Amino acid sequence: MVFSSLFGKRPSEPEKPSESPAPEQPKLSLFDRMKQAVTRTRESLSDSISSVVALTREVDQASLDQLEPRLLAADIGSATTAIIMENLRQRALRTGIESGEQLKQILKAELKQILDGVAHPMQHPATPPEVILMVGVNGTGKTTTTGKLANLYRAQGRSVLLCAADTFRAAAIEQLEVWAQRSDVPVIKTKQGGDPSAALYDALSAAKARSTDVMIADTAGRLHTKTDLMKELDKMRRTCEKLVPGSPHQTFLVMDATTGQNGLQQARLFTEAAHVTGIVLTKLDGTAKGGIVLAIATELKLPVLYAGIGEKIDDLIPFDSAAFIDSLVG
Amino acid sequence: MFENLSDKLQRSFKNLRGQGTITEENISDALREIRIALLESDVNLAVVDQLIEHIRTRALGSQVATALSPTEQIVKIVNDELVNILGKDTARFQKSSQPPSVILMAGLQGSGKTTTSGKLAQWLKKAGHRPMLVSVDVYRPAAREQLAIVARSINANLYEGKLDSATPGTDDVLRLAKEAKREAANYGCDMLIVDTAGRNHIDSELMDEMSALKKLLNPSEILFVADAMTGQDAVNSAKAFNDRLTITGAVLTKMDGDARGGAALSIRHVTGAPIKFLGTGEKPDAFEPFHPDRIVSRIMGMGDIATLLERAEEKLDKGKAEAFAKKALSGDGFTLEDFRDQLRQIKKMGSMKSILKMLPSVGPFAGMSQAIDNVDEGQFTRVESIINSMTKRERLDHEIINGSRRKRIATGSGTSVQEVNNLLRQYAQMRKVFKTMGSGGGMKMQQRMMSQLQGRQRFGR
Ligand SMILES: Nc1nc2c(ncn2[C@@H]2O[C@H](COP(=O)(O)OP(=O)(O)OP(=O)(O)O)[C@@H](O)[C@H]2O)c(=O)[nH]1
Ligand SMILES: Nc1nc2c(ncn2[C@@H]2O[C@H](COP(=O)(O)OP(=O)(O)O)[C@@H](O)[C@H]2O)c(=O)[nH]1
Ligand SMILES: [Mg+2]
Ligand SMILES: [Mg+2]
Repeated sequence: MVFSSLFGKRPSEPEKPSESPAPEQPKLSLFDRMKQAVTRTRESLSDSISSVVALTREVDQASLDQLEPRLLAADIGSATTAIIMENLRQRALRTGIESGEQLKQILKAELKQILDGVAHPMQHPATPPEVILMVGVNGTGKTTTTGKLANLYRAQGRSVLLCAADTFRAAAIEQLEVWAQRSDVPVIKTKQGGDPSAALYDALSAAKARSTDVMIADTAGRLHTKTDLMKELDKMRRTCEKLVPGSPHQTFLVMDATTGQNGLQQARLFTEAAHVTGIVLTKLDGTAKGGIVLAIATELKLPVLYAGIGEKIDDLIPFDSAAFIDSLVG
Repeated sequence: MFENLSDKLQRSFKNLRGQGTITEENISDALREIRIALLESDVNLAVVDQLIEHIRTRALGSQVATALSPTEQIVKIVNDELVNILGKDTARFQKSSQPPSVILMAGLQGSGKTTTSGKLAQWLKKAGHRPMLVSVDVYRPAAREQLAIVARSINANLYEGKLDSATPGTDDVLRLAKEAKREAANYGCDMLIVDTAGRNHIDSELMDEMSALKKLLNPSEILFVADAMTGQDAVNSAKAFNDRLTITGAVLTKMDGDARGGAALSIRHVTGAPIKFLGTGEKPDAFEPFHPDRIVSRIMGMGDIATLLERAEEKLDKGKAEAFAKKALSGDGFTLEDFRDQLRQIKKMGSMKSILKMLPSVGPFAGMSQAIDNVDEGQFTRVESIINSMTKRERLDHEIINGSRRKRIATGSGTSVQEVNNLLRQYAQMRKVFKTMGSGGGMKMQQRMMSQLQGRQRFGR
């Protein structure tokens, strides 16, 4: 113990010298100065593009460079921003962009390409039931989206069965039951604290017996860093596969549009553990733009399938990349 | 994915090794890295921009000859600045002159208000208060049941109240709140925690409701509950809630994940209100008072390295450390005498616990903080006294320490032969490891170890 602690650090990187003390630095309260400063809230991308363009008539390297932090501010992330910037730069060099409007259009096309490039029609199984697993970190909107999806599929004339596989969070089952009533679909549950795979087993059996078209399982929110909880998802997947070979057919990662850079890691680890097939981007009715899905599309090729735009039952729409980008870029 | 900030700075100063001064030119790369790192940590752009200017000014002002390399100087400045923004306010609560003091929870949907209400009740109970909980979330399905279950699990008082309306609204919200306050007073509860429905800051109807609640309850605390995973939008919601309600503090939830929590800086900057607590799990006791270093270390990816550096700079003899490293990696290996020197050097920096505490909470050191509980400071002293009981010859050549010598050393140091054996065995192992690391083949192994560590970091803890 002592040894490993002592040598936790490589000895070839010796500790720091003692010849002179650290320089005395003035302790200014940055916070106080910041407080006085004007608080900029939302600075839309279009504003910044216009101001960038206003500086120089021709859109040169420098003005393109100034776009970079603005893209980062939309939660798009640094790696993806770098790719977008590079592509914009190439285009600007080729075509000699001259107006802010033109730069904006090219940027939009670029962003749209990222999302559309990974979109593909959803695969449905030849025979029912189609099994859908809802996964994601805590509080993103899994249960609500489950309820909304039930309504959506019912409206398409498909029969739906819900499974309350969040046996952990207080009143999660009751919450889903209310949603089930709202769209008049049955729900299979166990008691709180029970085994989610057991609930799933019952729901899958019921869906098979009743030849239900779609079975949607709401799972407990879990942070992607919690290995045992991620393993639990794997167990649930195996239960699905055992009862309905080839299932789960869809695994939706439900992500909150306010999510910052951590969203990429969420997508990585949920994909690894639960084979995510697509993203539901919720809470787009707020001011957050959800730019992280561009980073996710770029790295993981995961499409965004639905958008949550409110708390009511019909506040779920198929994801529309053009509308999304319009709201992002302005 | 995230290379830690100090690594990046190291890289941007690569060509400046040994140069002790920071100049306008050589700092620009570093500032760019800092800017990106802060943005990647979800600190809001406006905050980042001001921070960067401040760091630039301070860095250029620190031209005094110093033992710190440019990288270390910058790291220290960034660290200080982040701590400065976050402030050191503690989790103390305002109280109203007439009980109950009301704590109003506010925030976006799914941020963790209900869970935090329960945690807060538990925390207050432990501090000797008599809290009562009430949920005025009449909108989300089963929201009130959720709080009821939480209250039961921690054995806290709950005002349940009645809700009959098929389409409940603000009237019910205000009625429940009013009833709860009266109930708390009757029950002799000194604190009332009011859990509210999540709402969008641009939903004027529900924000009006929040204002009405504030007016009705005259709360002594209004806590803005925010998710640590929040990105750039944190400033918008925090500002709107603060403009409407003048929040008295914030709680940052879901800190048990690997989000960097830069939103804390955004919230603090835009509202001026302190972050008071962190949520670190789903259970009622996963709750701690806020300390700025937890967030700062995540952003820096390197623990309270500035303090460590400060101490190291004061206490350590660089020449000795280098000599030790050289010897340990060479064919001769280090002796027990060298080892005792190192022990003494490290002891000068403080207790093992205090050193471990300053290591990063993420990255290769993840989990070290748990080791803190198992650290036996006495072990340190025992190891030193064992070595003290050896003759100089024994210290220089451990091979001669046979059975009878071991017995003598154990008696002399007041330990057991087994402890002496353990020390000698571990010493021999370490010595070998270092020697292999020093030779060429060892480098590859070391690299492999490093990349494994980094790989683990990438995939969470
Ligand atoms: N404004 C808005 N709120 C939403 C949306 N989707 C969900 N919510 C709200 O977000 C909160 C959390 O939603 P839940 O459905 O309980 O989230 P969850 O992922 O099931 O949460 P856990 O099971 O606790 O992890 C609730 O208050 C929902 O009403 C959306 O698209 N817009
Ligand atoms: N891992 C983790 N989960 C949390 C934390 N705080 C809340 N949650 C979870 O986040 C989800 C939403 O929390 P809830 O209290 O219902 O949020 P509310 O809608 O703001 O009341 C639930 O699944 C909680 O269990 C936390 O600190 N860590
Ligand atoms: Mg749920
Ligand atoms: Mg709630």
